[in-house]
Amino acid sequence: MTDSYLNLANGTLKPVFKKLGLPQPAILRRYRPGGPLTVGPVLVVSDDASAADADAVAKTLAGWDVDVRRTPEAADGERFGAVVLVLTGAQTPDAISAPVLTVAGTLRRLAGNGRVVAISRAVADGDAPVLAATRGGVEGLVRSLGKELRGGSTANGIQLTGDAAVDSASALATLRFFLSAKSAYVDGQLLPVGPAESSGPVDWERPLAGKVGVVTGAARGIGAAIARTMARDGAKVVVIDVPPAGEALAAVANEIGGVALQLDITADDAADKILAASKPLGGLDVLVHNAGITRDKLLANMTADKWDPVIAVNLTAQLRINERLLAAGVEGLRIVSLASTTGLAGNRGQTNYGYTKAGVIANAAAGAPVLAAVGGTTNAVAPGWIETEMTAKVPALTRTVARRMPSLGQGGLPVDIAEAICFLASDPAAGINGQTLRVCGQHMVGK
Amino acid sequence: MSTTPSPVPSTREAVIIGGNRIPFSRAGKKYVRTSNQDMFTAALEGLVARFGLQGERLGEVAGGAVLKHSKNFNLIRESVLGSSLAPTTPAYDVQQACATGLEAAIAVTNKIKLGQIESAVAGGTDTVSDAPIVVSDRLRAALLDANHAKTTSAKIKALLQIRPKDLAPVSPSTGEPRTHLSMGEHQAITTAAWGITREAQDEIALASHQNLARAWEAGFFDDLVTPFKGLTRDDNLRADTSLEKLAKLRPVFGASLDAPATMTAGNSTPLTDGASTVLFSSREWAEERELPILAKFVDAETAAVDFVHGHEGLLMAPAAAVPRLLARNGLTLEDIDFFEIHEAFASTVLTTLAAWEDEEYCRTELGLDGAFGKVDRSRLNVNGSSLAAGHPFAATGGRIIATAAKLVSAKAKETGQPARALISVCAAGGLGAVALVESTDNAA
Repeated sequence: MTDSYLNLANGTLKPVFKKLGLPQPAILRRYRPGGPLTVGPVLVVSDDASAADADAVAKTLAGWDVDVRRTPEAADGERFGAVVLVLTGAQTPDAISAPVLTVAGTLRRLAGNGRVVAISRAVADGDAPVLAATRGGVEGLVRSLGKELRGGSTANGIQLTGDAAVDSASALATLRFFLSAKSAYVDGQLLPVGPAESSGPVDWERPLAGKVGVVTGAARGIGAAIARTMARDGAKVVVIDVPPAGEALAAVANEIGGVALQLDITADDAADKILAASKPLGGLDVLVHNAGITRDKLLANMTADKWDPVIAVNLTAQLRINERLLAAGVEGLRIVSLASTTGLAGNRGQTNYGYTKAGVIANAAAGAPVLAAVGGTTNAVAPGWIETEMTAKVPALTRTVARRMPSLGQGGLPVDIAEAICFLASDPAAGINGQTLRVCGQHMVGK
Repeated sequence: MSTTPSPVPSTREAVIIGGNRIPFSRAGKKYVRTSNQDMFTAALEGLVARFGLQGERLGEVAGGAVLKHSKNFNLIRESVLGSSLAPTTPAYDVQQACATGLEAAIAVTNKIKLGQIESAVAGGTDTVSDAPIVVSDRLRAALLDANHAKTTSAKIKALLQIRPKDLAPVSPSTGEPRTHLSMGEHQAITTAAWGITREAQDEIALASHQNLARAWEAGFFDDLVTPFKGLTRDDNLRADTSLEKLAKLRPVFGASLDAPATMTAGNSTPLTDGASTVLFSSREWAEERELPILAKFVDAETAAVDFVHGHEGLLMAPAAAVPRLLARNGLTLEDIDFFEIHEAFASTVLTTLAAWEDEEYCRTELGLDGAFGKVDRSRLNVNGSSLAAGHPFAATGGRIIATAAKLVSAKAKETGQPARALISVCAAGGLGAVALVESTDNAA
C-alpha cells in the first residue's frame, strides 16, 4: 500500500517535481506521545468583539506549554506552527476583515504541517440575517483556505453552538485536536461543539484512562488501528470480529492487552455478548461500530445476496445493538460509528454501501438527544481514501487518482481515523454530539 | 481385595472458565511443518486473548503431546515462554497417551482444590504431520559409539559399523509395544467379541458428523475455537456424509479375524493435528476477575486393564473407571445429562455401552451387583466427537472438557437445575481416564 508517488515527490527528486508543477503531497506529521503539540509558535488573532475570547484561548494555550503570540511579527526565518482565528463575537462581515488579513499575512510564514483553526459561533435558529451571514461565511472561508494551504498544513473550524463558551472543556479539547498531529488528515472541516460540563482535568497523554472500549471489525485495518490507539490512550479494549478472523483478532488483543470476542454482530444476542465481555474490564464506556462490508454492484444488477448482508452488517446490527444496550440501562455510553464519504457523496456501484453509510450519519444525528439523556454521545467519522488492505485491491489507476483528489494530495492512514474516534470518545469531547467528522484530507466529493 | 470407596474428600472447588483450541486438521493438510509447540502456543494465545490474560502469572500450565520430539523436553514451558502469559508462569509436561489432556486437567484441578494454585491451564497438542522420525537402533548405537570414542581411529571404526539398511528411518508408530498390534487391530478384537455391527458403528459416525456440523452452524464453537493458519473449522468434518457413503468404505481393521471386519476409515478416527487448552481456577480467582464460570470440575478417576494377556480389550479401561467415579459421587448413569465418550473408534463407544448393559460382565469384571445401566443415546456426544472433529491425541481431552462445560452451563441456565457431564477417554496401554463436570449456581 506504499504510495510511491508520495515517496518520490519527497525524495531527491523533490525540486524536479516542483519545477514541473506536479502535485506535491507532504509527509504528514503524526502524533507521537510526548511530542510537542504544534510544530512552532501559535498566533492568536481576533476581531475586536472577540478579544476576550481570544485572550481566554491564548491563556489556555500557554497552559499547554505552547509559545503563544498575539502579534504577527516574528524573527527572521521563524515560522508559525499554527494560527488561531477567533471570530466568536463578530456581528457583521466587515468585522472579520482585519483579523482575516492578518492571518493572510502569516500564511507564507506557516510551517509545514501547520494549522489554521477558526473559532466562530454556529448559525442558530433565530439569528438575524446579517449575523447568520457573518457566522455562516466562516465555513466558506475555512473550506477555501484548506484548499490553498500546502506542505501538509490544514484549516479547520470550531463552530460553538448554544451557550458553549470558547474555553469550555469541549471547545478546548477540539482546539487541541485540530492543532495537534492527531488531526493530520482532517482538513477543511467545521465541527459544531456544544456546551458540556467539565469532567475535570484531562490527562492529554492518556485521555481514555480508566475507560473500557469495544471495537467491532477489529482484526485488521482501521478497526485494529482504532483498538491500538484506544489502548495507547489508556483504555481497556474488547476487540470484536467474526469467528473466521479470530487468529488476527487474538493477535491484536494480545498486542494491546485486550480481550478478543469472536462474534457475528448481526446475531440477536450480540449486545448481550458485548456487555458480558466488557463487564470483567469494568463495564462498557465506548462503543465503536467499525465493522463493515462491501458488495459492490450497479443497482440495475443488484441482488438480495449483495444488498441484504451490507445493510445487515453495516447498519441494522448497530441499530439493534445500540437499542439493546440502552434498554439494558448502559449509562454515559460514547458511540462512534464509521460512516464514509460515500455516505455523503454517493459512489457508483455502491447504492447498498452508500445507503448504510448515509444511514449511519442520520442515526448519529437522531441518536444524539437519546444518548445525551443518559450522559452519552453518538457521532460518526467519515473516512475518505484510507490506505488499507481493502483499498489496496482497488485498480492502480483509480487508486492513484483517489490519492491525489484531496487537498492533502494523499490517502490517509488507519491511525488517522483512530485518532478522530478516540478524540470523539474522550470525556472532554462530550459537547460534540450527533456530528459526522470527515477524515478525508479534504476530499473533493460530498459536502 | 476391593476396598469400599472413600467418599470424595471435601476440598474447595476447581471451576472451568472456558477453553480454546485451534481447528483440528487431518494429518498432512493445513498444519504440515507446524510443530507441536507452534500449535500449543497458538491455542494458548487464543485462550489468553479470550480472557484477557496478557501478562498474568497463572498457577501453572500443564499439558503434553503423545508423539513428541526429544527436543521438546519442555514443550509446555517453551510454549508458555512464547505466549503472552507472564514468563513467571510455571509449566510442565504430562504424557498419558490419548488421556494426556484429561490427565493434565485432573492434575491441575487437584492442585487448585488443595489450594496450591489459584489458576491453571491444562491441554495438549499432537501432530502426525510433524512427527519425529527415528533412526534405526543400529545407526543410533554406531553414532553414540562414535561420539563416545576418544580417538579419530576409534570414531571411524565405530562409524564403519553402519550398513546401508541401517540408514532407513523408523516411522513413528502407535502400535502397542507389548503386542505389536495397532490400536485398530486391538479394537477389532474387542468389537468382534461384543458382536458390534458395522451398521451400529456407521450410525455412531454419522451422528458424530451431523452433531458436530450442527454445533458449528449454531456458533457453538465461536468461543471455543480460534482459527489457525487460515483454517477456520475442523477439516475432517463431513457435514454431507450419509449411511450410504459410510457403508461403501472398505474395512481396514480386523481382516485377520474370523468375524467379519467392520471397522472402516469412516468409523475410525483419522490421524489428526491440533491443540487445545482449558482455563481452570478457584472460584475466588474467577470471581475477582469477573470471569465467567461455566462449570466445576468435580472429580476424576483413572483405570487400566490387562489387555496384554488378552483378558480385556485395549480400550476398555473407561468401562471400569466410570462406575467407580459415579459410585464415589453417589450418582448413577441416569444422573448424567451429557455423555462425552471419546470416539477413538465408533466401536469403542459401543463396546463400552454394551459392557455396562451386560449383567455378567458388570458382575465379574466390574464387581457390581448387576448391569451398570443403559446410556440414553440422546445424551451421547450431542455436539459430535472425535470421529467428526478428528483426534490429535493429547488435544482431545481439552476439546471435550470445554465442550462439556459449555453444555452443562447452557442446560443449567435453561432448566434452572444442575446439569452434569461425564467425560470418558480411552488410551493406549490399556488406560482410561474419566471425569465428572457439573454446572454451578452461577452458570454463565
